[in-house]
Amino acid sequence: MQRTALYAKHLESGAKMVDFAGWEMPIHYGSQLQEHHQVRNDAGMFDVSHMVILDLVGAQSKAFLQYLLANNVDKLKDSGKALYSCMLTPEGTVIDDLIVYFITETQWRIVVNAGTRDKDIAWMQQQIASFDATLTERDDLSMIAVQGPNARAKVMGIMPANEVAIVEPLKAFYGAFVNDWFIARTGYTGEDGFEMMFPNEQAHKVFDALLAADIKPIGLGARDTLRLEAGMNLYGTDMDETTSPLVSGLGWTIAWQPEDRNFIGRSALEALKAAGIPQKFVGLVLEGKGVLRSHMKVVCEGGEGETTSGTFSPTLGVAIALARVPASCGDTCNVDIRGKLHPAKVVKPVFARNGKSVL
Amino acid sequence: MSNIPSDLKYTKSHEWVRDNGDGTVTVGITDHAQELLGDLVHVDLPEPGTEFGAEDGCAVAESVKAASDIYAPVPGVIIESNEAVQDSPELINSDPYGDGWLFTMRVDDEDALGELLDADAYKAECDE
Repeated sequence: MQRTALYAKHLESGAKMVDFAGWEMPIHYGSQLQEHHQVRNDAGMFDVSHMVILDLVGAQSKAFLQYLLANNVDKLKDSGKALYSCMLTPEGTVIDDLIVYFITETQWRIVVNAGTRDKDIAWMQQQIASFDATLTERDDLSMIAVQGPNARAKVMGIMPANEVAIVEPLKAFYGAFVNDWFIARTGYTGEDGFEMMFPNEQAHKVFDALLAADIKPIGLGARDTLRLEAGMNLYGTDMDETTSPLVSGLGWTIAWQPEDRNFIGRSALEALKAAGIPQKFVGLVLEGKGVLRSHMKVVCEGGEGETTSGTFSPTLGVAIALARVPASCGDTCNVDIRGKLHPAKVVKPVFARNGKSVL
Repeated sequence: MSNIPSDLKYTKSHEWVRDNGDGTVTVGITDHAQELLGDLVHVDLPEPGTEFGAEDGCAVAESVKAASDIYAPVPGVIIESNEAVQDSPELINSDPYGDGWLFTMRVDDEDALGELLDADAYKAECDE
């Protein structure tokens, strides 16, 4: 099993470690619920060093990304701006979702999921062959996400003034290099904060400094409940190589314009769209008591669907889920929990952000 | 190390059983079980009057992480379910052997109590 540079720090902080995509990672440090509230109400840090950082350089880097990704990196005009995109198969299904940061026309940084590392890199290397561009894995870097309403203030509180001058003005979804660090105002919780990438050798020092600034470590358990409340998809459960972005709540990430941009999966998506999309991606809120989990049967007007992720929402105090249901599904449905049907409300797939319910 | 009181009986599936001495038992899940499950957020408890055989699934405890079945440790009829834990499932985390009890049963066959694990045997199970 692989370990991040912060493994010893997790044990020191009392983490319960679990296998996550071949990595020994903290699931929680005592209470997943408390960690969830810590991030919604104050600030917490996540070791996300298992995620894969890739640097793309070369004259045809941009052309490569415009071919590889369903979203269009041509939208990125300012250095440091980030874009969320799916990487598709020729059949229009999802290989992975990722974040790409625009540095210059010939220099980009990409972050992909840990669980899809090998297939992503193999696919990208295969596609890049015909472009004048190179992709390099940055296993020398660690990544910590600090998230929560007080995250930015607490991080900047322990930075030298010249560095604060660079990160303080960063708008949401922008990043910047600060010496050998890359700091971006991005995240996966629905809260404000930074994702920070820096050399592995500095990882222990950074973790200790953040702890001293009263930023508590948060496990992958709370990371999942936070992202689900925020309505952010998780690759492998909400979408995968059997589903298109069109039925995964990710239609907004497909850049159809300009029409002559030929990206991998485009013709398949156009055919799907022309045939009519039979399903939609929604949020569910359970009316009574109980807990929704992934892959529960959903019964509604127009047929049956399935939850793709489900949990108890600590912020709302009720069970929530993301679900793929027939396009004709109305405002209510029933979910099969252990053989019994329980009524649930059908809502937009976002439940809580910035500390509050958005229902 | 989790707490395993010596005056209780246990099952391999991590229920504890208190013999009330009047033909009834009180049942809950062990400290070890609540640690494994993490923060509990919901419990489904059986209706009073329901009859179960030994090792029948009779309740469900749900944590943020997972749903876990709870089995009747002995054959019998449910007398009472703990309403307090239905409203506040976190009682199972904070006080698994006290306020976090789940239900009481009238035992059909008192010999079945003799087949439960004592604290030492349960500890050995957990250490495996």
